[in-house]
Amino acid sequence: MATTETMTLNMGPQHPSTHGVLRLVLELDGEVIIKVTPHIGYLHRGIEKLSEHRTYHQILPLTDRLDYLAPMSNNLGYILAVEKLIGVEVPERAETIRIIMAELTRLESHLVWIACHALDIGAMTVFIYAFRERETVMEIYELISGARMTSNYFRVGGLSQDVPDEFVKKVSDFIDVMPGYLDQYEGLLTTNPIWLKRTIGNGVISAEDAVDIGLTGPALRGSGVDWDLRRDIPYAGYDKYQFKVPVGEKCDTFDRYKVRLVEMREACKIVRQALDKLKPGPVLADNPQVCYPPKENVYNSIEGLIHHFKIASEGYAAPEGEVYQGVEAPKGELGFYIVSDGGNKPERMRIRPPSFVNLQAIEQMSVGSMIADLVAVIGTLDIVLGEIDR
Amino acid sequence: MAENNRAVLKLKEKFAASIIEVVEFRGEVTVTVAKNSIIEILSFLKQSLQYNLLTDLTAVDYLGKKEERFMMVYLLCSIPNKDRLRIKAAVTEVDCKIPTASTVWKTANWLEREVFDLFGITFDGHPDLRRILMTDDWVGHPLRKDYPLQGPDREPYKGRLS
Repeated sequence: MATTETMTLNMGPQHPSTHGVLRLVLELDGEVIIKVTPHIGYLHRGIEKLSEHRTYHQILPLTDRLDYLAPMSNNLGYILAVEKLIGVEVPERAETIRIIMAELTRLESHLVWIACHALDIGAMTVFIYAFRERETVMEIYELISGARMTSNYFRVGGLSQDVPDEFVKKVSDFIDVMPGYLDQYEGLLTTNPIWLKRTIGNGVISAEDAVDIGLTGPALRGSGVDWDLRRDIPYAGYDKYQFKVPVGEKCDTFDRYKVRLVEMREACKIVRQALDKLKPGPVLADNPQVCYPPKENVYNSIEGLIHHFKIASEGYAAPEGEVYQGVEAPKGELGFYIVSDGGNKPERMRIRPPSFVNLQAIEQMSVGSMIADLVAVIGTLDIVLGEIDR
Repeated sequence: MAENNRAVLKLKEKFAASIIEVVEFRGEVTVTVAKNSIIEILSFLKQSLQYNLLTDLTAVDYLGKKEERFMMVYLLCSIPNKDRLRIKAAVTEVDCKIPTASTVWKTANWLEREVFDLFGITFDGHPDLRRILMTDDWVGHPLRKDYPLQGPDREPYKGRLS
């Protein structure tokens, strides 16, 4: 008598469509997935542990390395948490530039998402186009911070330095042309029969299940839950901006694709509003306890040098207490939970990574589908292993 | 104020005996509760007060600072009401376990695995309690305060500051 048995297949950690070092152990019945067991931790660097041994200022560069496709969102989440803990007011210009950079980061992250997601499903052209536009955002990063990815640009109390003169024109030019590029991507994908066949009905997760498993960000909104931290629990001055929050209906990969595309268009609009608001002024709070002195003082006066040295070596003490700050990062809710015992280092710093929680849904979204559809599910969840493993 | 928080009012009414402390700091309300009624309280918050999203679940190690070494932290979020609430429960080193919250929210599954992995707290009734970030054969729990930063079998960390 003929018998059937399932097959176990190892996928990753070195696999082009797992977006990093994700390893999945699949149990298969033919080509149909019965069980998915993700194995993570290949990129674990112990950032939470390291943070307990560094001053608040020294932790900042570590946060760049979480979601390395959206470094400024991570910086923003961290500095907002520290600012909440010690109670610092940020100058208006710094706040506006932060919003511009946070939204450009959202564009950058979504561009990588659409590029890789389309490439995984077999649409090579979009990959090349989206990386071209991403390059512009990287140039803007380089212009203001000197680095293309590990920006480390925001500071507790403001920004590390003001933006150069050409910044406004460069950003403005970019968001003028960006909607046209988005039309181009949509022209390649939205009505493409192969794209539709691969995404409609793929990775369905109902609104109730999505909330229960803790999905956040575009993955949650794709399931029809109208929830965006920028609007619902505003931070960093987002309440002064008007934008739409797109939601999906059919809870599938195609709806999540549409949600992210609308988000990119909305990001352009938010950047435009912010550019209109941008006025000259200081970019760092007048708070000598926490903020570094201007470089002229450091180089030209002994007091300035001592001041700089004191903050760089000792840091500053934060009051005893605990705060949580969640931000709407491109991939979902990124949270920083800091417990302070009154010293210059956190007693405990917990990072709530959106990708970690979102990845948990992979089993629910892919069981019963084919292996090739699993690749689409990984793409639509938009995970980054840097923040999953921390 | 913390006393007027909608959840605190209800919790005081229903679980008066289990509430140990209510703190408000920077507009965030934290309620510390007794470990033995944690699941009842979490289920009540989810079912009756619409805290439908478990944003985060983690632990803090207070080695040498508090009598009860670990503190479990549950960060809840209510999508309909747009507010957050933090629930904490102390766990001692001797009795290093707490009932699982994965029966209340599925989110807790991996988050509890991470706490198990990095702090060594056991979750009773957890469906799949394995290490998640460290390898299966790893010895020790890296986020414990007595775990050396540099890792085991190395020179102790002397700090970055001279």
